[in-house]
Amino acid sequence: MRELPASGAHYRACFKLTMKRTDTSNPEYFHKVVDCQWGCPAHTDVPEYIRLIAQGRFDDAYMVNRESNIFPGILGRVCDRPCEPACRRGRMDEKPVAICRLKRVAADHRGDITDRLPLIPPEKNGKKVALIGAGCASLAVANDLMPLGYEVTIFEAQSVAGGLMRFNIPAFRLPIEVLNEEIAYIVDMGVEVHYNHRIESMSQLLEQGFDAIFVGSGAPRGKELKLPGRYDSENVHIGIDWLESVAFGHIDAVGENVLIIGVGNTAMDCCRTSLRLGAKNVKVMARKPREFFKASVWELEDAEEENVEIVVNRSPKEFVVEDGKLKGMLFELMEYTIENGRIQDQDVIGEEFVPCDDVVVAIGQENAFPWIERDLGIEFNPWEEPVVDKVTFESRRKGVLFGGAAAFGPKNIIWAVEHGHQAAISIHRHCQGESLTDRLPVTLNLSSRKMGLHEWSYSNSFDPVARRKMMHVPLATRFSELGKEVELGFDAELAAQEVERCLNCDIQTVFTDSLCIECDACLDICPTQCLTITSNGDKEDLVKRLKAPVVEHEQPLFVSDELKQTSRVMVKDENFCIHCGLCAERCPTAAWDMQKSLLNFPQAIDYVDGNKSGEHPCQKRKAG
Amino acid sequence: MSFIKRPKFDLPGQKLNEIGLALRDYEGTMSTLCAGCGHDSITAALIQALWEMSIAPEQLIKLSGIGCSSKTPAYFVHGAHGFNSVHGRMPSVATGALAGNRDLIGIGVSGDGDSLSIGFGQFGHVIRRNVNMLYLIENNGVYALTKGQFSASADAGSTSKKGEVNQMHNINAVATAISMGASFVGRSFSGDREQLVPMLKAAIAHPGCAVVDVISPCVTFNNHEGSTKSYTYTREHKMRVTETDLIPVRSEITASYYAGDTYPVRLHDGSTILLRKVDPDYDPTRRNNALGFLERYRHRGEIVTGLLFIDQNVPDMHVQSRTVDTPLKALGFDRLNPGSEVLAKLQQGMK
Ligand SMILES: Cc1cc2nc3c(=O)[nH]c(=O)nc-3n(C[C@H](O)[C@H](O)[C@H](O)COP(=O)(O)OP(=O)(O)OC[C@H]3O[C@@H](n4cnc5c(N)ncnc54)[C@H](O)[C@@H]3O)c2cc1C
Ligand SMILES: Cc1ncc(C[n+]2csc(CCOP(=O)(O)OP(=O)(O)O)c2C)c(N)n1
Ligand code: SF4
Ligand code: SF4
Ligand code: SF4
Ligand SMILES: [Mg+2]
Repeated sequence: MRELPASGAHYRACFKLTMKRTDTSNPEYFHKVVDCQWGCPAHTDVPEYIRLIAQGRFDDAYMVNRESNIFPGILGRVCDRPCEPACRRGRMDEKPVAICRLKRVAADHRGDITDRLPLIPPEKNGKKVALIGAGCASLAVANDLMPLGYEVTIFEAQSVAGGLMRFNIPAFRLPIEVLNEEIAYIVDMGVEVHYNHRIESMSQLLEQGFDAIFVGSGAPRGKELKLPGRYDSENVHIGIDWLESVAFGHIDAVGENVLIIGVGNTAMDCCRTSLRLGAKNVKVMARKPREFFKASVWELEDAEEENVEIVVNRSPKEFVVEDGKLKGMLFELMEYTIENGRIQDQDVIGEEFVPCDDVVVAIGQENAFPWIERDLGIEFNPWEEPVVDKVTFESRRKGVLFGGAAAFGPKNIIWAVEHGHQAAISIHRHCQGESLTDRLPVTLNLSSRKMGLHEWSYSNSFDPVARRKMMHVPLATRFSELGKEVELGFDAELAAQEVERCLNCDIQTVFTDSLCIECDACLDICPTQCLTITSNGDKEDLVKRLKAPVVEHEQPLFVSDELKQTSRVMVKDENFCIHCGLCAERCPTAAWDMQKSLLNFPQAIDYVDGNKSGEHPCQKRKAG
Repeated sequence: MSFIKRPKFDLPGQKLNEIGLALRDYEGTMSTLCAGCGHDSITAALIQALWEMSIAPEQLIKLSGIGCSSKTPAYFVHGAHGFNSVHGRMPSVATGALAGNRDLIGIGVSGDGDSLSIGFGQFGHVIRRNVNMLYLIENNGVYALTKGQFSASADAGSTSKKGEVNQMHNINAVATAISMGASFVGRSFSGDREQLVPMLKAAIAHPGCAVVDVISPCVTFNNHEGSTKSYTYTREHKMRVTETDLIPVRSEITASYYAGDTYPVRLHDGSTILLRKVDPDYDPTRRNNALGFLERYRHRGEIVTGLLFIDQNVPDMHVQSRTVDTPLKALGFDRLNPGSEVLAKLQQGMK
């Protein structure tokens, strides 16, 4: 009576109840494991630059960043940081790695990197491209096309480049010098910029013989609050216009009592700007309770630290103006029935008058294209939004593309940059007469990090230190100048501690099925119990048999082929893997290895033939 | 070996046992054994069993002799008592410790060399005395710590890593234990956690000396072709004759447990070992049946596993010696040391 293998191959072949081997050669698998890189719209190789910072290689860390997000100094301060809520450390430890702050560390401590910027060929390729607006989306297009020999012309309505990064994000969050320096890296590639040149007619621009036109004009129109009294006083402002006037020095004062309507990120900038223009008492009036706020948690925290009062459940009803002078605003007091995080019902339970000297309305913005004629083949939907392809960013008219807020409405800088990268590919393909939809695949390069029996070329031990706090300029001196940067950045010590919190999620556990002798050593050593050897089955059944319960069903699950000795399979739930390499250290046959996954997300430069043989100047890394 | 510490977390969804401890609270220091050593796997099975049984660390004493196997008590339950003794002498140290404190749960970890060569005499006597403990043999067929010489459990005809053929007949640990009058004997494989964990639980619960022989491949010196203690060989030749389960005191035993060839062995503490016969020819309650069966299958080159013999009615050391019910440590100085007058009287009576 010999034992049968735990589950026979024959049995499974008959019933097909099993999971197939996970295809880890598909770059998406390991990409998903790198949560931050998966969360970043531009796929910044976060763990790689964090390791470079740990080694004091700030220039290299900066360049790894620049490859994908092009503005490390700017984004290291004001990025919307979708990477942080995604970060695995946040699932282990409550608080994610301070990824954004570390980006700033790379930027703050770098030396002169100008000689590492892409080389611009003196010989042009004869193709001319026009970009409308000098915001981040257009700048990203220019950054990607200039090294390819394109002649790039930007038309910008204002006298300076930068778009909302300059006119709307206040200098106390983003200093002008940082902005100037990183914009100059791109403009100085030889981009021809026509300042104070607003495009008033698309049809006229089309006649000028450009091979392609990119619309990066943003979402310049602030939403209106059409209530009684709106136009009866000069002290009611639209947030983004008001911030722009402040940025250009047209407005340098505000009343003592200011109300901000809305509770998004624009509202946070408006309330903090008010304090710097002389306001003493600033209230942010929110229609809904706190859990429904749109502003990022850190922006709310920063505003509250400056004693801005956030008042909830107040719905604006009327601007109260007497004799042409704003007296205050009338609000309805709201009450909500909330179930499962959703508002089921709302009631007005009273009214309240709040006196004030100025009101700033910050309830959103939209794009507007009065200057694009509607008979040019550029289609608009019933909401007057351009019809834009989500992959190619081309409009319905060939050779006219949209990106950034102009394409899909306001979002953030990093999304606009990624739109720019993608649009640049399309423009290049268009100019070369190639298909726009025929795009290069993302590629994956794995390389071992093994140095010795228990040695890896990365810091694999787990550091339990908590997230480091950012130091701020003291409140007493913060408001002295409008542009005084509030965040001080991480000093060397804080940076050195924070980098060790990163779990190196890009150093992947790579499994070679045929080597495993099923000794269980890896299962036993794994500090987070993410490995299991068990008989195969369908997903639902297999998941029940894992050593630790699956808590994040969105996280990737690895299933091996049948193992040689018992036909069982090795299963790994990636969710809690801390990439400590202990499984690989304990494996007697090196069936597990720790390998860096270098993902290449194709950019315009990758479509240039010469680049493959290394002839073309390129700042992108080809090997891990 | 590893350069980094194995980090510890409180992970979401982590389970706690009846005394509020997590599985990882039953760990010891980081193992320094070779990567892939069967001994580490047995350690993990022990951790699992002790955690599932909710044994308080301070209730436990771990004892061992010398060998890679004898190093392992350091790798589980760091909060327990422990004694790493000399080669082959674990049984006497264990006997002393458990004679002194009968409330302790004793786990002795030994190797095939430690028990079947230098410690063979001690092995026999701790079984005869039925000291209430788990006597675990981590059996890899070699003296691994001294670099892989054949041990007494190596099968005749098997080869060393360098190809040398073993000429001597082996000593079969389980058959020896049964013939020495053991009250509980089992055999398992380090690579079969499903079988091993319940067997260890039953052995710990058994009120007497429970010998468990676990085939435990030495990846460094005895995992080659020609070895009969390798991962591959063991997987290809092992067969189960019984299956074991431990039903804790409080649980109700429902009728479904009795299905087929299953029968319960009630222990004094109220818990129950459930035994299911996989092979109808095997009877783990009859010494001569078990011994005959084992010999037949050894001849065929098959490795019989499962709970091989049980007799819960053999009196343990304390019953045999009619000792006091109270652990000596709780007796108080006066009772332990009644004074020189009492001693003199006693000696008088022996003249
Ligand atoms: C108050 C505020 C704070 C913000 N804070 C953040 C933040 O902290 N982090 C973050 O990631 N994002 C933030 N954002 C969002 C971010 O600024 C935008 O998503 C981003 O700037 C969009 O880039 P863009 O290139 O699409 O457009 P824009 O930056 O708006 O640039 C468009 C450019 O086009 C020019 N232009 C427009 N029309 C014409 C025309 N017809 N002819 C010529 N030129 C024209 C404009 O002058 C402008 O320079 C904030 C937005 C606001 C309003
Ligand atoms: C008295 C004495 N004799 C010999 C030795 C050398 N020695 C150390 S370990 C060992 C054999 C151990 O074999 P085993 O018990 O099977 O343990 P393993 O290393 O195989 O797990 C020997 C002979 C010793 N330490 N002490
Ligand atoms: S690297 Fe290996 S041992 Fe470490 S957490 Fe991940 S799977 Fe577990
Ligand atoms: S340690 Fe290596 S050989 Fe052992 S089970 Fe894990 S992968 Fe397989
Ligand atoms: S020598 Fe053999 S028994 Fe000793 S630790 Fe290494 S693998 Fe285990
Ligand atoms: Mg041995």
